Amino acid sequence: MKRILAIAGVALASLALSACELAPKTSTQNGYRGTGMDTIKVNAKPADADVVPPPPYDMPSTEGPRAGAAYQNVQVLGDVSEEQFSYTMAALTQWVAPEQGCNYCHNPANMASDELYTKVVARKMLQMTRNLNQKWGQHVAKTGVTCWTCHRGQPVPANYWTMPGGAKNGIIGNKHGQNDPIPASAYASLPNASLASYLTGDPKVDQNIRVNSAGMHPTAANKTSTMDTEKSYALMMHVSKSLGVNCTFCHNANSFQSWSSSNPQRATAWYGVRMVRDVNSNYISPLASVFPAKRKGPEGDPFKVNCTTCHQGKNKPMGGYQMAKDYPALWGPEKATVPAVAAPAAAPVAATTTQ
Amino acid sequence: MATYQNIFTQVQLRGEPEAGVALAPGNEPRIQATTFNHIMGLIGHAQLGPVYLGWTGVASLILGFFAIEIIGLNMLASVNWDPIQFVRMLPWLSLEPPGPEYGFSPFVPLAKGGWWILAGFLLTSSILLWWVRTYTRARALGMGSHVAWAFLSAVWLYLVLGFIRPAFMGSWSEAVPFGIFPHLDWTAAFSIRYGNLFYNPFHALSIAFLYGSTLLFAMHGATILAVGRYGGEREIEQITDRGTASERAALFWRWTMGFNATMESIHRWAWWFAVLTTLTGGIGILLTGTVVDNWYLWAQEHGYAPAYPDTGVVDPTTLGSAGQ
Repeated sequence: MKRILAIAGVALASLALSACELAPKTSTQNGYRGTGMDTIKVNAKPADADVVPPPPYDMPSTEGPRAGAAYQNVQVLGDVSEEQFSYTMAALTQWVAPEQGCNYCHNPANMASDELYTKVVARKMLQMTRNLNQKWGQHVAKTGVTCWTCHRGQPVPANYWTMPGGAKNGIIGNKHGQNDPIPASAYASLPNASLASYLTGDPKVDQNIRVNSAGMHPTAANKTSTMDTEKSYALMMHVSKSLGVNCTFCHNANSFQSWSSSNPQRATAWYGVRMVRDVNSNYISPLASVFPAKRKGPEGDPFKVNCTTCHQGKNKPMGGYQMAKDYPALWGPEKATVPAVAAPAAAPVAATTTQ
Repeated sequence: MATYQNIFTQVQLRGEPEAGVALAPGNEPRIQATTFNHIMGLIGHAQLGPVYLGWTGVASLILGFFAIEIIGLNMLASVNWDPIQFVRMLPWLSLEPPGPEYGFSPFVPLAKGGWWILAGFLLTSSILLWWVRTYTRARALGMGSHVAWAFLSAVWLYLVLGFIRPAFMGSWSEAVPFGIFPHLDWTAAFSIRYGNLFYNPFHALSIAFLYGSTLLFAMHGATILAVGRYGGEREIEQITDRGTASERAALFWRWTMGFNATMESIHRWAWWFAVLTTLTGGIGILLTGTVVDNWYLWAQEHGYAPAYPDTGVVDPTTLGSAGQ
């Protein structure tokens, strides 16, 4: 009896010390056998399902007079039909300001007025949404994005970031831009400026995320220090956390560098990093003079986008639900191609596996 | 349970404290204070003291104290001298080496990494003085210097990481920060930067010796405990005068795997495995970034890393500009 109790005690103690996750899981192999390229996920409970708001009403005609002719000061959506315009506005209200309603952006006495800053921001965001759906197919594929993808029924998306403070002098209160657990560095002691380094600036200019040398011996071509590498590592940890996946979702861990042993998702992510840089540099940062102080960080820059803003822990936002197909106005002028309903998942480079 | 199956030492001796052998001329006196401690007696010998500190021991402790003080106070300063935040954030806090802009210059402003150089210098001096102590104390007892050389192997890895490799690379920024998570993040970043340290053959050797050390330690510890009922823990006597414990221990392994180490050679096995862990590890670190910059490519070139089927994924930088 005593011996059984002792064995049970030891078993219980070791269970208590381990990090056991007892819930049923699904394991998906997503790479060559024996490389450890697996994704293990706890099976989703019904409560975890994404609730995506349905269209406000049946999609109206794209025929008829243009919104730009019917209303004043319609600068982005002027090229869609009047009926489409009203439909899109109704959906947008539901996505961004369901409690505040139309008056969150509009002066009810003069809907055309730009006096509220929120309307100026909303206009820029509509331009951004069209840009993403038109030009960033390598990342958003035919799924596209809507305001809901980030906003989820809130005027300010839940996940944003702002620029960290600059270098300090002395040692008092100075953590040298790292050793401070924040979400952007996945709560590691890694540098906090990684998002600032890689997710702002010209999207066409590579910010040297790559740290490995192209040859096996040291050359003057690659002087990246171990310190600099930590920044790149922090960005990767951010991507991993945001998407709820580990390194091997994209990479074969034997070489993070080699593309020919990587999964297609790595290319999707590569475009994603540049897409976010485009969003932050060309659509959000120019609004710095428009946003009030409460919508800016301590350094005076507007709230910015990172991978979490859309992904929120899923490798496809909202589980890959194709929401944007119901809103042709968000893809561009109607003469532009509107994607076929439930289109297959895109070109080889942007392909994402379903699971 | 039988008396020879135990977790703690069952018999503790009490009496006149053992004062140790007389010291040869030229030695400083031992600190004569002695006491007995029951708790210590459960895991080792119950007698504490006398201690031989000597000038190397005194200097080593002082320098080591200053090194830890510099590291701790820098961490405390980084949280605005808040003791609660210091405890709460301790795993994240660090004392960072100088940035790449200072190269390998010994003259770096204190707040920019000068404190790191100073702490490293004091800690290294402390460790080297302690090494001298392990050597001279072994000699004073008429022992071999095996402990000192084993310790030096660990010091070698420490010095490669913090001094020798940064010197070859010409930059303090290549050195490891002092800090719990920071040094782990440094380790991961180091492997990422140099194309996967697992393809560094010296790293592989180091791991093999490390795992081998634990295996040997388990085998040896288990063997001696298992023959404890025949006095097997008196290993040194049994090296020269084999008793039944030694015979059984040897026979057990000969029956099990056809070969057995001897009472003496098992300790040589263990010593070499432990020493080679840090010796090969240090060589592997020293070659990284100085001779080999990408271990994955090196391993591909030398048929050392497996090649997996091409997934057909193409580097997007070769496909024109993004967002078009």
